[in-house]
Amino acid sequence: MFLQLRRAYQVVFFCLFLFLVIVTTPTLLRGYPAEWFLGLDPLAAVTTALATHALYVHMLWALPLIVLTLVFGRFFCGWVCPMGALHHLLGHLGRKRRKVDRVKQNVVRPSRAIKYGILAVFLGSALIGSVQIGFLDPIASTWRGLATVVIPAASNAAYGLYQGERHFQYGALVGVVFFGALSLNFIYPRFYCRVLCPLGAFLGLLAKFSLFRISKKAELCKECEVCGADCQGAADPQGTVRVTECMVCLNCIDGCARGGLSYRFMPTTEPAVTNINLSRRQWLGAGVAGAAFVPLARASDGVGPRPHPGRIRPPGAREESLFLDRCLKCGACMKVCPTGGLQPALNEAGLEGIWSPILIPRLGYCEYSCNLCGQVCPTGAIRKLTLPEKNGKPPLQAPVRIGSAAFNKGRCLPWAYDTDCIVCEEVCPTSPKAIYLKQEAVTARDGTQKTLKRPYVDLEYCVGCGTCETRCPIVDSAGVRVSAANESRTPRSSIHLLGGAKV
Amino acid sequence: MIGRRDALRIGATSAMALGSVAAGLWLHSRDRLVDTHSLPTIKDHRVPKPAGAVDMVIAHGADPTLNVRRAIEALGGMGRFVKKGERVVIKPNIGWNRLPEQAANTNPDVVAEIVRQVRAAGASKVWVTDASVNTPEQCFARSGIQKAAGDAGATIVLPEARAFREVDVAGRILRTADVLYPIVEADRVINVPIVKQHGLSGATLSMKNWYGVLGGQRVTLHQSIFVSIVDLAVMVKPTLTIMDATRALMANGPTGGNLADVKTMDTVAAGTDEVALDAFGATLLGLDPFKLGFVIEGLRVGLGTPRYKDLKLVELGS
Repeated sequence: MFLQLRRAYQVVFFCLFLFLVIVTTPTLLRGYPAEWFLGLDPLAAVTTALATHALYVHMLWALPLIVLTLVFGRFFCGWVCPMGALHHLLGHLGRKRRKVDRVKQNVVRPSRAIKYGILAVFLGSALIGSVQIGFLDPIASTWRGLATVVIPAASNAAYGLYQGERHFQYGALVGVVFFGALSLNFIYPRFYCRVLCPLGAFLGLLAKFSLFRISKKAELCKECEVCGADCQGAADPQGTVRVTECMVCLNCIDGCARGGLSYRFMPTTEPAVTNINLSRRQWLGAGVAGAAFVPLARASDGVGPRPHPGRIRPPGAREESLFLDRCLKCGACMKVCPTGGLQPALNEAGLEGIWSPILIPRLGYCEYSCNLCGQVCPTGAIRKLTLPEKNGKPPLQAPVRIGSAAFNKGRCLPWAYDTDCIVCEEVCPTSPKAIYLKQEAVTARDGTQKTLKRPYVDLEYCVGCGTCETRCPIVDSAGVRVSAANESRTPRSSIHLLGGAKV
Repeated sequence: MIGRRDALRIGATSAMALGSVAAGLWLHSRDRLVDTHSLPTIKDHRVPKPAGAVDMVIAHGADPTLNVRRAIEALGGMGRFVKKGERVVIKPNIGWNRLPEQAANTNPDVVAEIVRQVRAAGASKVWVTDASVNTPEQCFARSGIQKAAGDAGATIVLPEARAFREVDVAGRILRTADVLYPIVEADRVINVPIVKQHGLSGATLSMKNWYGVLGGQRVTLHQSIFVSIVDLAVMVKPTLTIMDATRALMANGPTGGNLADVKTMDTVAAGTDEVALDAFGATLLGLDPFKLGFVIEGLRVGLGTPRYKDLKLVELGS
């Protein structure tokens, strides 16, 4: 009976997850808590808290999960985790036919310790101020995989059925990691969950203290070992269950024909096995490696004084180092962006910022009257902005600027080719318009005189939204380009003396 | 029936659960939607003027060390400005990778004599610092100031990234600035500029010398140079200004390089009014002080007077 209940939970939570991902689009969002699953993630809560010494409001959901894990063990992996459910299903790829072979597949392996090492690496770097769990955290990586690869691919194949055509730069790389993790099930079921998952490792540490656990009545056991045949966590129910590995899938209880196993409150028959096979030296080594990653990455690139011009962060993004304290690279902001302009960074934000959100104005601009990215951000890396706050009232109240536009006078039609074009001015959303036109006299090739309008940028009003660059009629290299300079979250990036208002 | 061991286990797990929730809620209470941080400000370093004291001294003579000594003496001695145990920062111009003869940096003998006088007045710490434009190590070495001031007992502070503190300026165009830490920490500040021509502002004298305490994006200040020069002069109000005109750079400033542009003046001026000193410095360069934007702006905001001859002025010949 419990087994059916578990399956029902897995289906319901996976559907809920998928539902929340799918409604994360402007037309469907309507107040659904898109960030809920990411807020539930205790690893996200712990690493962002280590980095910021604070806990964002959505992350409070992690607290009940921590308490429940302390009571019930790693049930999240077996009952709730959407990536766990996927792995559970795909575990059949590598599942052997004969029971004896399956029992062998599910023996306790030393490799289970690797995930604790990975956890220590992430905790180490979070402590120094760089949250990197997004690469392997199951919630963040499933979010990112669905948002930037699976859903756009399916939708584009169906002629833009959902959200229209969507493209994410090097989304294929996200796909390689996402599908790669899933295909590890060919080696043995739940390889990722058993060996790599840092969230599973964190929950495993909490499960050491769990009050409920699987217990065996020794007098009923005939040592047939079938209870181990479908154990999801390779937690050795044949012997004494390893609480750090047990995902409370209850397959063992179901498998035992004699009813010798049960999930009980504080079974006292045998002491718990909580050894995770990682020496103190290995813990420390992994933690130090994670901590050392941060200065190594920053010495190489990223948050230095000369950022990449393409590192245009969404409106409301905190100052870069505070942003990296929080961003999980889940892709929720990219998913909700109405224009598809928010994209996973590749080299624009340094090693630490891989897959963090940047605006690529050629793909889509920042919609002037839109603040959805900050609403769906689970950690507050992009803070919630009201529209009056975002757009300001220049010159009295500065708007939030994400960059600034500049004309490429060797490319722009009126500037380079003496051809009439006012598209950038037409679409400029600020009031008064940041792009304005001047009537100028030019001499044509044949010597005749004519006048035409040429566009200019007024930095006092330009917010860097990129509408001009998106809409520039030149198909590849636009005549007007936006870069991150003058963004208001970095006061010292201000170009103009008077443009450096702190927001 | 729950035994003692089980009760302990339940207790431990409950404590962890309660602890995590409490820690989580406490951390949440610390979360801020908007990141803010309060910044230090730079204090007013001026000292009250004793009754009947001299405002400004101009000393001529072939020996710059002697000029400094006589000028300070005429102002009432260093004891008027520095008390025993105070920490003092001396801010010469060490902006350029040039030799003293090229007159791009303050004369090292002038700096060294000020260091000695400040130490003799009982200062517990004497810093000499500047945010060089060229490679700092080379500027400090080739200007001769590192050795001269170091030998006289000063602590040299190179403008490395970690030597800057962010401060609240509350100026008209400068809101915050990264400033060399001795300027923030010192009890007394002595400004020691050199007289030079400058392409954009006309001249670089005492008020303009405060560009040299800034790190970060100071190049954007040139967009509104007169207002920002005066903003900086309001930000740092020095205890004393000693202007070096041993050699003046008459053209191709502020970098110089050509000895033909250097004119030997054998003069040191000292006082408490930067506007007055800048007006005097301008006359040395053959400029009309009333045509210099920052002098007019300094007068307008009440920082001082360009009519230096109206002050209590002493001129010492050689």
